[in-house]
Amino acid sequence: MFRQARFNEPLILEMGQNGRIGSNIEECELDINGIPRELLRSDLNLPEVSEVEVVRHFTRLSQMNWGVDLGPYPLGSCTMKYNPRLNEELAWLDEVQLIHPLQEMEGALEIMYKLDIALSSLTGMKRFTLQPAAGANGEFTGCLIMRKYHKDNNQERDEIIVPDSAHGTNPASAAMAGFKVVEIPTGRDGLIDLEILKEAVSSRTAGLMMTNPNTLGIFEKNALEIAEIIHDAGALMYYDGANLQGILGIARPGDLGFDIVHLNLHKTFSTPHGGGGPGSGPVGVKEHLEEYLPIPLVKFNGKGYELEWDRPKSIGKVRGWYGSFPVLVKAYTYLLSMGIEGLRLSCKIAVLNTNYFAKKVSTIRGFSLPFGEVYRKHEVVISAENLAKETGVTALDVAKALLDRGLHPPTIYFPLIVKEALMFEFTDTETKENIDLYISALKEISDIAYSNPSQLKEAPKNTSIGRLDEVFANHPKTMCLSYRMLKKSHASGK
Amino acid sequence: MLVEGHPYLPNASSVFKEMLMEVGVESTDEFFRDLPNQSFELCGIPTKPLDEPSVINEVKRILSKNKVYAKSFTGGGPWYHYVPSIIKYLISRGEFLTSYTPYQPEISQGVLQALFEFQSMICELYKMDVANASLYDLPTAIGEAALLSARVTGRRKFVIPAYLPNDRKNVILNYTYPMDIRLVEVPLSKDDGCPDLEYLKTVVDSETSGIYIETPTFFGTINANIKAFVEVAHDAGALAIVGADPLSLGLFRPPGEYDADIAVGDGQPLGIPPGAGGNTLGLMVCRDDPRIIRQLPGRIVGLTRSKDEGRRGYVLALSTREQHIRREKATSNICTNEALLAISAAIYIATMGRKGIARVAKKIMYNTQYVLDRLREFGISPLFKCLHFRDFAINVGDIERVNRALIQNEIMGGRDLEKEFGMAGVSLFAVTELHTKEDIDLFAKILATEGRTKGV
Repeated sequence: MFRQARFNEPLILEMGQNGRIGSNIEECELDINGIPRELLRSDLNLPEVSEVEVVRHFTRLSQMNWGVDLGPYPLGSCTMKYNPRLNEELAWLDEVQLIHPLQEMEGALEIMYKLDIALSSLTGMKRFTLQPAAGANGEFTGCLIMRKYHKDNNQERDEIIVPDSAHGTNPASAAMAGFKVVEIPTGRDGLIDLEILKEAVSSRTAGLMMTNPNTLGIFEKNALEIAEIIHDAGALMYYDGANLQGILGIARPGDLGFDIVHLNLHKTFSTPHGGGGPGSGPVGVKEHLEEYLPIPLVKFNGKGYELEWDRPKSIGKVRGWYGSFPVLVKAYTYLLSMGIEGLRLSCKIAVLNTNYFAKKVSTIRGFSLPFGEVYRKHEVVISAENLAKETGVTALDVAKALLDRGLHPPTIYFPLIVKEALMFEFTDTETKENIDLYISALKEISDIAYSNPSQLKEAPKNTSIGRLDEVFANHPKTMCLSYRMLKKSHASGK
Repeated sequence: MLVEGHPYLPNASSVFKEMLMEVGVESTDEFFRDLPNQSFELCGIPTKPLDEPSVINEVKRILSKNKVYAKSFTGGGPWYHYVPSIIKYLISRGEFLTSYTPYQPEISQGVLQALFEFQSMICELYKMDVANASLYDLPTAIGEAALLSARVTGRRKFVIPAYLPNDRKNVILNYTYPMDIRLVEVPLSKDDGCPDLEYLKTVVDSETSGIYIETPTFFGTINANIKAFVEVAHDAGALAIVGADPLSLGLFRPPGEYDADIAVGDGQPLGIPPGAGGNTLGLMVCRDDPRIIRQLPGRIVGLTRSKDEGRRGYVLALSTREQHIRREKATSNICTNEALLAISAAIYIATMGRKGIARVAKKIMYNTQYVLDRLREFGISPLFKCLHFRDFAINVGDIERVNRALIQNEIMGGRDLEKEFGMAGVSLFAVTELHTKEDIDLFAKILATEGRTKGV
C-alpha cells in the first residue's frame, strides 16, 4: 500500500528562535562609518534556524516529493529515464565545480569538443553549440539562426509553421524571435497533412518546427517529402529533439532533411531534471548554417582545444558563458556508459515498452488509442474520452487515482488535439513489472469508474495532500506568491 | 542486442523476447520500418558500453587537465563563495534531484514548498513581494525584464548602461531586437562607474519602457544615488529595473526600499560553486502590482489549500501566462529553468539565516576595504574613487604579466577589461568572505611588484 509522507511542515520562515544560527561563519569588525547611513540596510527578515533544523526541514520536504529514484515517472515527451549516480559523482568533482570560465581549462574544453562530435554524429549535423540552458533556449537559438540566415540571403521571411501537436515552447520560441506563428492542423492519421502544409508554405515561410516522432509518438513517415516541400520554398527544417529517444541511433534528423536540431540532455541523455532544471539544450546545424552558431564554439587546433570567438556571422549569445557545464559532464559520462550499441538498444527498448503498453492498455474499457493501430515510438497518447462520457471519470481523475496507487501519472491533456489525453512515456529504463503494474492499475480504475465513479472523484488520498484549490491559488483576492504576501493578507484580515 | 545486458536497461533480459511476443512481432525492427535512411556510421562514442571503472578512468583523465586553483581574485563572476556542506547532500537527494517540474502537485509538495520558500526568501532579500521560481541566469533575466517592461508599458525603448559585460549586452540584444525594442546605452560617470545621471535624464522619455541599472555595478561600485535613477524612470512612466547582487543585500539597502519596480540578479553567490560558468541562477523579483505580475516570465509557485481538508498546499500559479497553455502568446518561452539551483539557494539562505547573510556581506565589505587599503599603501588605487563591494577595477599596466605572476602563486588573476572594453591596462578583481588576510597581503604585494600603474 502506497502512503506518501505527510508532514505538516511549516515554512522555513515560520520556524526557529531568535539567536539561532545555521552557520557559524566568522563575524568580523567592519567599520561602517565610511558608508553613508542611507545606503545601509536596517532590517532583514530571514529565518533563524540551526543546521539540524535546516537538514530535517529539507529532508522532510524531499520525502513529500516523487522522483525517478522512487518509481516510474512516465510523463510523455519528458523522457524521465533513470539518472545514473555515476554522472552525479563525476559532475561533482572539483575539476568540474571549482573551475572558472576564464581560466585555462583544457579538460573542460575537451569534454565539450567530444560532446559536440558525438552529438553531431548521432543527429547527422555538422556542428553543435552547447550554450543553450534548456530546450526552449535552444529553440530560441534555432529561430535566431533562421532569422539571420534569411536576412543574409536578403529574404524577408517572417512566418514559422508549427503543427498543432507541437510542444508549447515551439510557438512561444518562434514568437520571441519575432516570427508570426502559422499553426497547421494534424491530419486524420495523426501526421502532418501534406496538402495543408503546401497551402501554408509561402515565400514568407522561414521554417517548419517539427517534432519527430511527434507528440502522439507517431513517426512522421513523410519526413523526406515534408523537407522537400519546405526546402523548395527556400525555408529551413527545425527538429525539436524532445522526442529523439524514439529514433536514437536508428535514424538521424540530418538524414531526414532537418537543418537545425536541438537536443535535451536532461531527457535523452540521462541528466536529471532537478524539479525543473538545470537542463541543457545544445543546438546542432548543417554546414550551411554553421557560421551562425552562437559564440564561442570549441575547436581542436591540432595540439589542444580552444574557444573560437572570431565568428563574424554568429548570432552572438543566448545566455552567459558556455553552457551548463556540469550537465555536459553528466551527458558525456552517459555516452561512455552506453556506447553506440547501448544507445541503439535504449531506443529499441523504449519503443518496445511503449508498444507493449499500448497493446495492453487499448483493450481496457473506456480507453482508446486515437489515430489507429500504427506502431508508436517512445511514447503513446491514449484517450479517456469514452470513460469520461460513459462514467464522468476524466483523465484528471485517472491521474489522481494512479497517484493513490503510488504510480506517477502520465502527462495529461496534452497534446491538445486528443480529448482526455493521457500521454505515456515509460523510457528505456523502466521494468516490464512496473509497466504491468500500470496496466493492472488502469484496469482497476476502469472497473471502479463503471461501478462506483464517485469514489474516484475523491482521489488522491494517499499523497502528502489531497486535491488542491487552483481557483484559490490564482484568484487576485486570494493569490499568495510569497511569505511577504501571506503576512500582508493576515495583517489585512483576508 | 547486447547479450550481456546493461545496468540501466532492465528489459535487456529475458523479458525482451516475452514482450516482443506479446506485441506480436519478431524483432524490434518491425517498429522502425517507417524510418528512412537507416544506414550510417557513428563516431565519437565507443561502440560498446564501457564498464563503470573504465568510465571513471576516462572522464577523470580528461578532467584532470583542468587546474583547480587554491585562490581566485577574478572579478565579474562567477565567484568563489562559501558553500555550506549540507547543500550538496540535500540537493543530491533523489526526491529533489530526479523529479520533474511539479505538474502533479499532490505528489510534488516537496519541490513546490521548497520553491515557494526560495521565492519568499528572495523577496525578503530584495524587500519586494513577488519572485518567480528562477530564470536561466542574469543576462537572460535582464533580457526578460526588458521584454516585460515593453509589455507593461506598450513602449519600445530600453535603456542600459554602456558598460555591461559582453555576455550581458549580447543576450539583451538578442532578446530585444526581434521585438523591435531599441536599446539606448548610457555612458558611465568617471567618478563611480555608474551610468551618467544627467545623460540618462536626456534619453529617458515617453517612449521608454524601462531602464536597467546595477548596484553594485559590474565594476563593484555602489550606486550611492540609486533612488534618483529610479525617479528618472518613474517621472517618464517607465519601469525601473535594478540589478543587485543578492549577497550585497545583507549590508546594503534593498531595491524594494527605493521603489524599484523589478529587480534581477545572479543567484550563483548564494552557495553555488562556479562550475565553469555553468551553474547560473537567474533571479527576478517585482512589486505587488498586478500589471507586472500578470506579465512575469517563468514558473511561479503559489500557496493554496486542499479542497477536502483545507490544509495548506502549493501549486504552480498563474500558468495561463506560460507557453504550455498560451503558446505563441505566452509571456516567455521558458519551460525548464534552474529549479534545483533555486532549491540550493533556498537551503543556503536558510542556513546562513538573518545573521549569517549579514555576516557574509560584512566580511566581503571588510575584505574589499582591506584589499583597497593595502593596495593604496603601495600607491595603487582603484579605477573609480568610490565605495566598492567585492569587485574592483585596477589599472595594473601589463595585465598578462600580473596575471602570470599571480598564477605562479596559485592565484587566479584579474578579468581583462582591456580586451573586453578597450580599457588599457585595466583588470577586474574580486575578494569574497573566503579570502584571508594573508591571501590579500600576498595579492597586494604581487600587484605592487608586477603592476606598472600608469595613472588613469
